[in-house]
Amino acid sequence: MRTAVVAFPGSNCEHDVVRAIEGLGGEAALVWHRETDLSGFDGVVLPGGFAHGDALRTGAIARFSPIMDAVISAAEEGKPVLGICNGFQILCEAGLLPGALIANRELAFICRYVEVEVVDTDSILTRQARSGQVLRIPLNSYEGNWIDPSGTGRVLMRYVSDPNGSSGRAAAVGNEAGNVVGIMPHPERATDLLLGSEDGKTLLDGFLHSLTAA
Amino acid sequence: MKVRVELTRRPEIADPQGTTIKRALEDLNFTGVTSVRVDKVFHLEIEADDPEDVRKKVGEMCQQLLANPVLEDFEIEIEG
Repeated sequence: MRTAVVAFPGSNCEHDVVRAIEGLGGEAALVWHRETDLSGFDGVVLPGGFAHGDALRTGAIARFSPIMDAVISAAEEGKPVLGICNGFQILCEAGLLPGALIANRELAFICRYVEVEVVDTDSILTRQARSGQVLRIPLNSYEGNWIDPSGTGRVLMRYVSDPNGSSGRAAAVGNEAGNVVGIMPHPERATDLLLGSEDGKTLLDGFLHSLTAA
Repeated sequence: MKVRVELTRRPEIADPQGTTIKRALEDLNFTGVTSVRVDKVFHLEIEADDPEDVRKKVGEMCQQLLANPVLEDFEIEIEG
C-alpha cells in the first residue's frame, strides 16, 4: 500500500507527511506536481505549504498542475485523498470539496496548538477516532476560514474554540463518500510526543487503514 | 486590446479585510462609513481585433481561473 505525497513548488510539509506515514509503518513517496500518473499508488496526500506562492488565491494555480487530473481520477475511483492545510485549499479549488477558504476572521496568521473535536467518524481520516474525541493538533494558516454557501460540506471535526471564523467551526471537511477529506490543522506535526502531541497519529492511522480497505 | 476585469466578492461572503479597514477608518474618526469591501481588479492586454471574441475569451478565463465561483462574481470591461 503506497501513498503519493504531491510536492508542488512552494509545498513545505511534504517531507513531514512522508516521515509521519513511515513512522506509522506505511509507505509513502514524493511525487512532483509535473507528473501525470498515480496508478502505482493507493492513496494521495496534498501537503501544506504555499503551492505556486499562493498567487491569485490559495490553491488556484495548483489546481491546474499536471498531477491534478490523476488526483481527481483517484478521488472518483474512491481512493483516499487527503488535503492538509494548503492541500485542503487545493481540494476546494479543484471542486473535490465544497466551499472555499478565505482569510482568518482576525486577519492573523495563526500558528499554535488547537483542540479539535471529532464529530463524524465515517471518513478516511476520522475512522479510527471516537465521536466526541478531542485531539490537540497544530494549526498553521492564514486562509483557514472555511465558508460553504452550498451547505453541502460534511464537517468531520470542529474546533473546540473558534480560532478563525470557519463555518460551523469546521477544522476538517469531507465529501459525501468520505474518501476526500480536507483538514486545516496539521496531523503530521502531531505524531511525536517530543514535538508536543501525538494526537495526529489517530487520524493518519485512519488514512492508512483506508488504503488497505480500498 | 486592453481589458479590465473586476472581481466582486458576493455580498453574503465575509470580507475580513474590509471589516478591519472599516474599523481603522472609525479609529481615524471618519464617521458615517457603513461598509468597506475589498475587491480585485485585473488589467489584461490581449492581442486581438474583435471585442466580442475577447469578451468571450476573458469570460472563459474568469470561469476557469481568475474568479472562484464560490466567492466572486466578475465583470469584464473592454477598454479599447
